[in-house]
Amino acid sequence: MKIDPIHQFNIEPLFTLGHIGNYTIAFTNSSLYMFIAVLLIALLMLASGRELVPGRLQSMAEISYEFVASTIRSNAGADGMKFFPLIFSIFMFLCVSNLVGVIPYTFTIASHLIVTFAMAIMVFLTVLIYGVYKNGLKFFKIFVPSGIPIYILPLVMFIEVLSFFLRPVSHSVRLFANMLAGHIALKVFAGFVAMLGFSLGALGWVGGVLPLALTIALYALEILVAFLQAYVFAILTVIYLNDAIHPGH
Amino acid sequence: MAESHGEAKGQNAGAHTEADGGHHGGAFPPFDSSNFPSQLVSLAIAFVALYLIVSRFALPRVGGTIDARQNKIEGDLAEAQKLKDESDAALKAYESELANARARAQAIGNETREKLNAASEAERKSLEDKLAVKLADAEKQIATTRTNAMSNVRGIAADAAGAIVQQLAGVTPDANAVNSAVDASLKG
Repeated sequence: MKIDPIHQFNIEPLFTLGHIGNYTIAFTNSSLYMFIAVLLIALLMLASGRELVPGRLQSMAEISYEFVASTIRSNAGADGMKFFPLIFSIFMFLCVSNLVGVIPYTFTIASHLIVTFAMAIMVFLTVLIYGVYKNGLKFFKIFVPSGIPIYILPLVMFIEVLSFFLRPVSHSVRLFANMLAGHIALKVFAGFVAMLGFSLGALGWVGGVLPLALTIALYALEILVAFLQAYVFAILTVIYLNDAIHPGH
Repeated sequence: MAESHGEAKGQNAGAHTEADGGHHGGAFPPFDSSNFPSQLVSLAIAFVALYLIVSRFALPRVGGTIDARQNKIEGDLAEAQKLKDESDAALKAYESELANARARAQAIGNETREKLNAASEAERKSLEDKLAVKLADAEKQIATTRTNAMSNVRGIAADAAGAIVQQLAGVTPDANAVNSAVDASLKG
């Protein structure tokens, strides 16, 4: 019994869509799960009822709505609500795809750095473009904290600029690494049960109870992490957007 | 804390990556750049589709439902408040009306009582006067009757004394002597 915890991250092309330059654009298993996430969100938000007293599905849709809306209001104020569709899309896309990804034999979109990095860059560019468009050059005041003595200001500004441009990296790597590491750990521990059983027979199956218990605990943790990392990604997006809406510390 | 957690896991993953990558010889899938264009194109299509669905249909729909509920609740509360105010006003009106009626009833009662009192007082007075007159008449009558009776008693006593003397002595006594003897004993 060979354990391959990396196999679950393989990209399998399902069919080819076309070519851009030298690159082949394929519809892959990753693409499939992206569209599954979109479909699930659309179902949740559009197929749920519109009753005065909501049912379960409608409650879920409304709780998602209120949850994201209150996150934006408390972190970026009422002005932030113009980014509501964007934040909602980001949060729901990551949350649903992460939760689908925890199901065995599925694929986790956010376990690929390119995906999370693309989303982080999208957020970064939105912040930069909207910030400059809305505030002009005043936007760059976010690099100049007030109340700093003049002789250490260059150093502080250097750090601020650096941290600003490193945001997409930390933003994307946090999500990617959490999903990747969690899935590898799950696979390793779950594979351990089978490995013990197949190599040691009855004794192995009994001994496998320990890694099995650990797998169950890890699984619960991964469900939490799947939601939490989507939330962290979304709330960081809100905080970054808040810089663009209200620059100046 | 979440960050340090994430970093620790990231390093962990990195270690696994190298070990497994070396073992199998193939590239670690998340870092295999030949897959990037496909994923980016899919992500762009999927995310734009999601954004359009969310911004055009999903959020207005769910937000509308929530707003409708909010409006309904507020409307119902306002309606309830209005009805409560109305019933309060009605209660107040009823109470003042009741107080008025009670005061009026009291006034009417007092008036009637005074009127009746006065009437009964007058009646009593006339009755008492009449009774006094009757009483005086009766007393007068009693006095005459008594005087008459007393004079009758003297005659009867004189007759009885004459008869008793005749029976005892066998002689008819002198009427004057009998009368003076009766008078003396009546006085005595």
